[in-house]
Amino acid sequence: MKLPALKTPAKDITEINRREFLRSGAAVATVALAPGVTLMAFGGEAKALADPGKRWGLLIDVNKCAKDCTACVTACSDEHGWEDTGNPETDPQWIRKVDLKDKDTGREVSLPVMCQHCENPPCVDVCPTGASFIRPDGIVLVDKHTCIGCRYCMMACPFKARSFVHEELEDQKSYSPRGKGTVESCTLCVHRIDEGGTPACVEACGKTGNGAMLFGDLNDPESEISRRLAEYPSITLREDLRVNPGVHYSNI
Amino acid sequence: MARTVYQELKLTPQVWMLALLVGAFIAGAAWSVLYIEHNGHIVTGMNNQIVWGLPHVFAIFLIVAASGALNVASIASVFGKTVYKPMARLSGLLAVALLAGGLAVLVLDLGRPDRLIVAMTEYNFRSIFAWNIYLYTGFFAIVGTYLFVQMARGMPNKVITGVGTAAFLWRLALTTGTGSIFGWLVARPGYDAAIMAPLFVAMSFSFGLAVFILVLNALFRIAGRPVGAGLMNRLGRLLGIFAALVLYFTAVQHLTALYAAEHGDIERFFLRDGGIFTTLFWIGQVVVGGALPIALVFHPSVGRKPGTTLLASVLVILGGFAQLYVIVIGGQAFPLEIFPGYEASSSFLDGQIASYKPTLAEFALGLGGIAVAMAITGLGVVALRILPQDLSDETIDPHAKPGEAA
Repeated sequence: MKLPALKTPAKDITEINRREFLRSGAAVATVALAPGVTLMAFGGEAKALADPGKRWGLLIDVNKCAKDCTACVTACSDEHGWEDTGNPETDPQWIRKVDLKDKDTGREVSLPVMCQHCENPPCVDVCPTGASFIRPDGIVLVDKHTCIGCRYCMMACPFKARSFVHEELEDQKSYSPRGKGTVESCTLCVHRIDEGGTPACVEACGKTGNGAMLFGDLNDPESEISRRLAEYPSITLREDLRVNPGVHYSNI
Repeated sequence: MARTVYQELKLTPQVWMLALLVGAFIAGAAWSVLYIEHNGHIVTGMNNQIVWGLPHVFAIFLIVAASGALNVASIASVFGKTVYKPMARLSGLLAVALLAGGLAVLVLDLGRPDRLIVAMTEYNFRSIFAWNIYLYTGFFAIVGTYLFVQMARGMPNKVITGVGTAAFLWRLALTTGTGSIFGWLVARPGYDAAIMAPLFVAMSFSFGLAVFILVLNALFRIAGRPVGAGLMNRLGRLLGIFAALVLYFTAVQHLTALYAAEHGDIERFFLRDGGIFTTLFWIGQVVVGGALPIALVFHPSVGRKPGTTLLASVLVILGGFAQLYVIVIGGQAFPLEIFPGYEASSSFLDGQIASYKPTLAEFALGLGGIAVAMAITGLGVVALRILPQDLSDETIDPHAKPGEAA
């Protein structure tokens, strides 16, 4: 799949920001979890890596999404270390496959739902400490150092995209901070994006040959995602709320 | 009217026994907090669908009742009803105590209660939750000042009325804020309604007065001091009006929702098909917490007995818990409609009514909040001159005919 986001200027900005970021010394907030294990938390400084000129988004072609395929879910789970322990009520699920059946026509489709990275995210509005925040490039994250675990964002999210960590965690990924008693959700694989990469779900979907997920810069009219959105009809979820999600769906 | 004499509660063996009982409940809550913190919320009945559980029901009840408990003081100093004046100090103390109990539960149920300092130092002013932190701390400060000016010698009445008015306005803002925590949840069909704010204000009037009546009578019984039948009758009738106000707002809330086709599903859930929630709504809130206490206190003969006011207060409190359970848990149990017109299913329980089975730990934490409120009230009446010596009808209102309510 073509990756329209990987342009040289974007990379330059990222590198400059990273240099400044490291020089500041305060940028990478780390927390000792256990001997030898430290995690980077998405602090307010994580915004330093974001390019305000971009708005990252996804386009999901539901026609290409196979009903029984869960490659995106597995890839996300592997990438970030959340897993199915057989307790669907309490297990975190950053991305899930939702099966839909039209009540009138009986038509069935299946599609992935994750954090929709809204432009006006209700989770950010309601968060009392500002732990839920939106980066200038449109990625919605939770700062693991200031999340107090009040779960108000979970009440506010229109998409049920957030999970609360109910249990002690082990073997965490250093690039994907998580913590018992805090809320988490899809990060759009911000650690990959800041390195010029693509979210793990999109990559995995491409590898299956379905190619139902497209990642790119919604602000760049020349990006493939923008061109496709301009050319074909698509929707965002809960358009009535006018939160302007960064995730678009076509052919629901 | 004779000058009111206030006197501390004496530490009798009975008071010590009650203190021990309250202490046991606080210890139970402490165990619960350590247990939940150590194991994570996995040991509670809460999950990723029902993210606010029984502790929130207790916490919100206490917070709502806190502002309502202040009403008696407001009626005295803002609305000038002198009969209520001797009870104003207890009203203020109980308000502070209930708020402290409610906040304790709320804070200790956080995923990271150890980060309370973060909540006090990092504010997002777009969040009604953050506003509430100011409303709560401001309430402590204003009601604390209110208590001080009431108890200080030689304080001009003008000052008491001024501070009392500020406290009254602040309590209205506080309950508006509590209701708006739900009212401003735009994505959830069970909330997202401006009426949540006035509904919560009405609930606070009702629950707060009910708690006040029970605490007043318990303390006076312990102290061996009289409470007049006329006063009880008067408080009972006021409670009946407040309970009716709650029913009124509830009716408007559901009738408005029923009118819109888009809310049909969730209204059918609450009012007809919701199992435990439907039962709690009709039997718990409407009958036990509403119709029954209203009928009792306004009954021409039964309503005049002091015991009726006490029974009505118990019923209003039970109905209040039922109502908050339906609002807090029921509102979350109904699935979000992310895909209108479709039946949705997923590994994350999309499209399904969420289940919630509260555990002992959550119950213990909630009861601990009540115990904290009682402990603060107890300490207050033992250490300070809060309780009047006499609330008999002849003392507080010499012109009242026996058994007559104004």
